[in-house]
Order: sequence, then structure tokens, then C-alpha cells
Amino acid sequence: MKSEREVAGLASVAEIVPYDFGLTRRSFAKLLGGGLMLAVSALSGDAQESGQRSRGGFLGTGARNLAARIHLGTDGSITVLCGKVEGGQGARTEITQAAAEELRVPVGSVELILADTSLVPDDGMTAGSGTTPRTVPAVRQGAAAARNLLISYACAQWSLQPASLEVRDGRVVHANARVLSYADLARSAEAARQFQQAIPSGIELTQVRDWKVLGTPALRPNARAIVTGKHEYPSDITRPGMLYGKVLRPPSYGARLTAIDAAPAKAIKDVIVIQDEQFVGVAAANSSNASKALEALSATAKWADSADPHPSSSDLIGYLRSNAEGGVPANPFADVPAAKSLHRSYFVPYIQHAPLEPRAAVAEWTGGKLTVWTGSQNPFGVHNELARAFHLSDDSVRVIIPDFGGAFGGKHTGECAIEAARLAKAAGRPVSLRWSRQEEFTWAYFRPAAVIEAEASLDEHGRITAWHFVNINSGPNAVDAPYSIAKKDCRFIPSKPPLRHGSYRGLAATANNFAREVFMDELAAAAGADPLEFRLAHLEDPRLRAVLQKAATEFRWPERSKQKDAAIGLACGVEKGSYVAACAEIALDRPNGTLKVSRICQAYECGAILNPANLLSQVQGAITMGLGAALREEIGFENGKILNGSFGEYLVPRFADVPEMEVHLIDRPDLASAGAGETPIIVIAPAIANAVFRATGSSVASLPIRLKKTPA
Amino acid sequence: MDAHVSFTLNGKPLAVVTDPARPLLEVLREDLHLTGTKFGCGEGACRACTVLIDGEPEASCLTPIGSVKGKSVLTIEGLEQNGRLHPIQEAFLAEGAFQCGYCTAGMIMSVLGVTRQNPDATEQQIFAELDRHICRCGSYMKYRAAVRRAEALTQIEKRRA
Repeated sequence: MKSEREVAGLASVAEIVPYDFGLTRRSFAKLLGGGLMLAVSALSGDAQESGQRSRGGFLGTGARNLAARIHLGTDGSITVLCGKVEGGQGARTEITQAAAEELRVPVGSVELILADTSLVPDDGMTAGSGTTPRTVPAVRQGAAAARNLLISYACAQWSLQPASLEVRDGRVVHANARVLSYADLARSAEAARQFQQAIPSGIELTQVRDWKVLGTPALRPNARAIVTGKHEYPSDITRPGMLYGKVLRPPSYGARLTAIDAAPAKAIKDVIVIQDEQFVGVAAANSSNASKALEALSATAKWADSADPHPSSSDLIGYLRSNAEGGVPANPFADVPAAKSLHRSYFVPYIQHAPLEPRAAVAEWTGGKLTVWTGSQNPFGVHNELARAFHLSDDSVRVIIPDFGGAFGGKHTGECAIEAARLAKAAGRPVSLRWSRQEEFTWAYFRPAAVIEAEASLDEHGRITAWHFVNINSGPNAVDAPYSIAKKDCRFIPSKPPLRHGSYRGLAATANNFAREVFMDELAAAAGADPLEFRLAHLEDPRLRAVLQKAATEFRWPERSKQKDAAIGLACGVEKGSYVAACAEIALDRPNGTLKVSRICQAYECGAILNPANLLSQVQGAITMGLGAALREEIGFENGKILNGSFGEYLVPRFADVPEMEVHLIDRPDLASAGAGETPIIVIAPAIANAVFRATGSSVASLPIRLKKTPA
Repeated sequence: MDAHVSFTLNGKPLAVVTDPARPLLEVLREDLHLTGTKFGCGEGACRACTVLIDGEPEASCLTPIGSVKGKSVLTIEGLEQNGRLHPIQEAFLAEGAFQCGYCTAGMIMSVLGVTRQNPDATEQQIFAELDRHICRCGSYMKYRAAVRRAEALTQIEKRRA
């Protein structure tokens, strides 16, 4: 069995902000250092050492018994409990379907409670595309166990054999019109005892061919509340007597507060000012008053710049390379004889997730106990962070994650929750803290930048004989090439990240797949081969071949690629157990040095499809997000300040950017379902870059893609 | 200095006494507890906060409450009539045209605004207005389908009327 850390990889770690508001603060800070640059793994040390599952860790502890997973009401209600969160990726729909399928009830009969740490089992972080391959089967196991209990109960009542009975529409009906339902089971003392037992493993789950609820395009259960505006996101939660908070941020990374005068802020009506060493915040009856108070504080604050010089985004490539741990390794195959060899360096910048709902939290203290509503992908991790920051016992904290407004790997940590709790503690009233867009762009963690060194050798037949591929700084995801190459050396080397970084949709697979697939086209060109043929010649994995061939066929690649400078490109990749390929067609505006993506044709396969409508949304969404990273998104920074921290300056994809999009979902009912929230993004940037290479003859080495202006 | 601001909200007359410089969005959400209208950026760049002011789609984050005096404001909460969804809501629901849904109310309000301004608005005009919005989940394809379905539903409503 793989350890938690192996499963998590670097896909799901993010640096937490080590707030400590207890007595041991100084020793804590001494132990961990200070400021935001400090990295603490979201996985606890114990879990990393032993490989055991820990509460708040990547995999979670799971449901200790059936009662922790499913509650049957004597009124016939069915409540399923799960530690995953819904941030738009479709977990609520999928988990509801999973439970309904195995319970043999309509999807509308299942009430699903997600991510309330006082009520639900710890199913691990909602990250790393883990809900589909791990949580859905766990929920199905529990639901199937409950269904079996209903059958056993009916057998006992009616003195029948289990094989003679089945559950339909939530009821067991026997020939003589005898009926028992889950409500009857809920009244049974024996069932209550059984629900206290661990969920048996190895229960036979419903075969894909017999699925009635899974595999269908079920709508999100709370969809109506979304279109009516009634759903309460974390930033919408309102508590009696609640105040609105703001936190004073340093003017640059690492700057320290040396003096502040709270009097002008306190003079504003009904404003509470909180200062706890470096933490300064306000709470007021409305956000405008909180902003005024914050401005008053800001005007008096004196700051000392960080003693360490902060690198700029313009120096990033050299900085990451020179700080690579142990140096950048030499190509171990440099001496292997080759007909041709190629060496390229690639770069991807820091980018922001920029979920449309900025971080938000409402905190409420009641008799020394703390409840926080917030948007996070790691409810039990945030629970732990709160307990640690305020030195509370585990049962004094409750974290509730309402369905929230987007994450994309960017909401693994609980700093906003801690800040809200600190403000609420001082105010003696509930406080809602909603980060501004500027805070989100500056103080949320980033997708890491990467420098990638790629070297390869070709023999006289145009076959790759040796491959050396090094990712500096961004991570090991998809660092290994899926191609058959005799000598391969692929690795990740950490550097000294100048910005706080963490997970992202596909994380380092976005960088590694970009570099590898662009490099493949350069190698194909060096070998005089068509990019599709060149890949297929090096590809054995039948699933990857299948998506590549599907995308290419639907795009009519073989015909279209006969035109040597056609503005088309393709790329493929595999990550987290799912397979993707895309063809891109672009329109170049050479005089202005701009391009528009006119068409994306993508084939995607993730095993048995659980919900085709949701899957299509995920794939279309990933393609769209991929366009942003390919064409425009890049965080600029200088002297510890973000240079483009707004939607006016950091341009994310909009309606007009969306190309003609053709998505081919390949259903494989014979294979286990893999998560689909991330992998569809990893081919977009390289497919577009390869189209640029083909059309212009100039290869793309960095993102976002920038073209030279070519006078007409 | 607080001011008395009277306006029509979702068809009903209303008065608030507050600092007239406060954004309409903040007053809706914090004073009137209508949280269906969302904050996304505070600078009118994402349009998650779109409401209709005298029928025009506007960014409520940039609209001082004082400026709506005597005007009519419509928010997402005002669309449902007697438990019946507006055809645009119906269309967005039927298409499942959202992922996290945080931008959805703003999108719906803009579609409504454009079609109220001009009942014969072309698809291009609607999409041009929606280009001011951000859907970070990238549900644009499904939003496009929802707009097309809404147009069809509206035609059906017209024929019925």
C-alpha cells in the first residue's frame, strides 16, 4: 500500500500560515521562523513518517463505522455524511448519485451533508482528483452495507433467504405484498447495533452495466438555490450580531510592523481594533466602516522592509536555477552517441487560481468553543489549524464548509478562518472576514513557477534514445515521460520559492506537460516526422494512444497536417489515472503579435463516467482555464509587491476568448473511474504552443505565449 | 454623514438611512441581507455583482447607494414570482449552466437586462454584455447554451401571452 505522502505527492500540499495566538507564540515562532515565506507541510509529520492516515491529512481517516457515513431517519429520510467539499467541481452531485445508486433510491431521496467537522467523517482533502477514485467507492461501500442490512432485516422478519430479496426504490417488497423500507430499518435495535460496526470492506458494488443513477447526467442537488441566489456561500453566511472584519496587510512580503497608532481608527463609530503583535485587524458594523478604520490604521503604520532582498519576476529564471537544491544535474546520457541531440530550457510563471469567491470566513465563539464557516478544500486541516492557532482541544472547534465559489487547488489552507476567529475573539461577536480581490491576488498561495531543462538524443531512424528532463521548483507531477525511451532520467528538484506556493489544477503537470509536449514537437521536427506519427512511434500505453488517435481523427489531423505551416498543434498526456489529448487551431495576427485560439478538439478518458454532464463541465472548464495560462496569465512581482493583482491587470479568460470547443468523452465502463477535475487542463498550453511553432517556425519556450510582431 | 435614500427594490418601495457613499452591493448584502448578489472584485471587472438599475445591468460594487435614490433596483431575489422561476433562471437551471455558481446570478441579471432593454437583442449583443463577466470555472459553453434556451423559452412565453 502506498503511503499517504506517495499518494498525495506534491499535488496537495500548500504552505499554511503558522499563526499562533496562544501563550507559546514566541517559542512557536522561534521554532518555525517568521513571516509568510515559511513552509509547513499540510500533512502532519507523523503521517509523513509512518504512512498512516491522519486526521486532516491528505487521505483522511475515513468513516469509523456505518453510522458515521449514513443516517437513516424513522421518517424515511436518508442522510449521507461526507468530508469532501463542493467548490464547483461536482462532488455533491457525484457523491449523492453514488449513495443513491447503492441504496437503490432516487437521487432526490438522499440528503448529503458535506464537510461539517462535527458531523462528517474525515474523508481527506478535496484535492488531487481524489473524490472519484477514493471517496465515491467509500460512500458506495457504506450505502451498499446499509442496503444489505435492509435485506438482512427483511429476511429475519420474514424468514427468507437473502438471495430471494432485493431493494427497489428504497423498499424490500416480498411476493405477498409485505414491504419494509429504510424507515423500518431505522427502528430496528439490531440495525442500530450494526450501524455501530465498521463498514465491511469487499461488499460487492453495483456493476456498471446495472447503474441506474450513476452514469447519468444528474443535476447538482442544490442547483435551484444557485439560480435563485438563495444558496449561502461562505461569504454570505450571516450570524446574529455579526460584524465585518478587515486585516491590515504589510505593504510588501516579509515587511514587519514597527509602530502603529490605533487611536484614529478607534475614534470611528462602533469600530473594534485588534492588535496582537504583527496581527492587526478591525471589525465594524459594516464593511465601509471597517475599510475606513483600516485606512486610518494604515496611515499610522510604520513598517520595516524584509531584511532579505526579494527577487523580481523578471529575474525569476536565473533565481530558480541558481537556487536549485544541489544544483542543476548534468545529463547522465550526454556521452551516449547520437545522430542528433537537442537541449531546451522552458519556463512557466507564477499564476493565481483567482477563484471568483475570494477567501471568506465567518467565526463565532460560544463559551470557549469556536465555529467557523469558510471555503476550503481541507475542512479537517482547517480544523487542525484553528485548534493549533488558538490552543483549543479538538472538540472545541467546528468547521463548516458551505458549497463555495471555486478553488482549483488554491484553497487548501485556513488563514482566513484563523484571522476571522482572531477578530471574533476580540470583538466578542461573530465576525465575517471576506478577503478583497487584491488580498486574494497577493496573500493567497500561487501555482509555482518552473524552469525545466530538457535534453534528448535521436538516432539515425529518428527515434528518441535518451531523455533527460528536470523540473526545477514546481513539482514532480507528470515529470516522467509516458513515451518508450531506452534511457530516461526525469526528476524534480526543489528550489527556493520566492513566493508562497502550493497546489493548482494539475499542479506541476501543467508545467511538465507543457515542456515535454513542446519538446516532443521540436524533436519531431528534428527527426523530420509528423508530430502525431512521432508520438505514436514512441507510445505503447493503449489508453494514451486511444485519446491521441481520437482527438487527431476528429480534428482531421492527418489530412490537415500535410500543409506544413498550418496553424495547428497537438499534445497529449496522462496524469492521476486519466488520459487526454487535444488538437488546437489558432489564428495569428502577425502584425500585432497576437493570436486567438479558434478551435480545441479534445479527447478525454477517465474510466467509467460517473456523470457525463458534470464531466463535460469539468473538461470544458479545464480547457478554458488552460487558455488563460497559455495566453495571458502571469503574476508579476518586484520588491516584494505584486504588480498585477486585479482582474483589470491579470486577465483571465472571458466569453470572447472561448474557441469552438469539441470534447470527446471516452467512456470505459470496464475501468475504474478516475477524477477529472485537473488532467484535461494539461494539454491546452502545449497544443497551442505547438500550433505557434508550426505556423511560425519559432518554438515557444515559455508561458504565457508571446509572439514577435512581424510587419505584414 | 448619513442620508435617507428611498428607492424601489424588487418591486417594493424601500428607504434606508446610511452613508450615501456605501456601495449598493454592501447595503444589499449587509443591511438588507440579500446575499444573492456577489462580490468578486470591487472594481466592476468581473460583474458578479450585477443588478438592474432602471432596467440597465450595473455593477453594484461601483454604485453608491445614494445614486439609486428614486430608482428601481432589481436583484436576483426579485426574479422568482410565486415560486415560479423566470424563464432565464429556468434555462440556466435546465442546462446546469454553472459549476461553483458564484457568477451565475450576475450572468442571469445581465441576460435579463439586455433583453429588457431590447427584446429583439441578438445573441451577439447578449454575449457582448456577458463578455464583461468572469466565470472562473469556465462554464461559458454551458452559459451559451443556457442563453439559447432562454431565448427559446422567452419566445414560447411571448406566444402564450
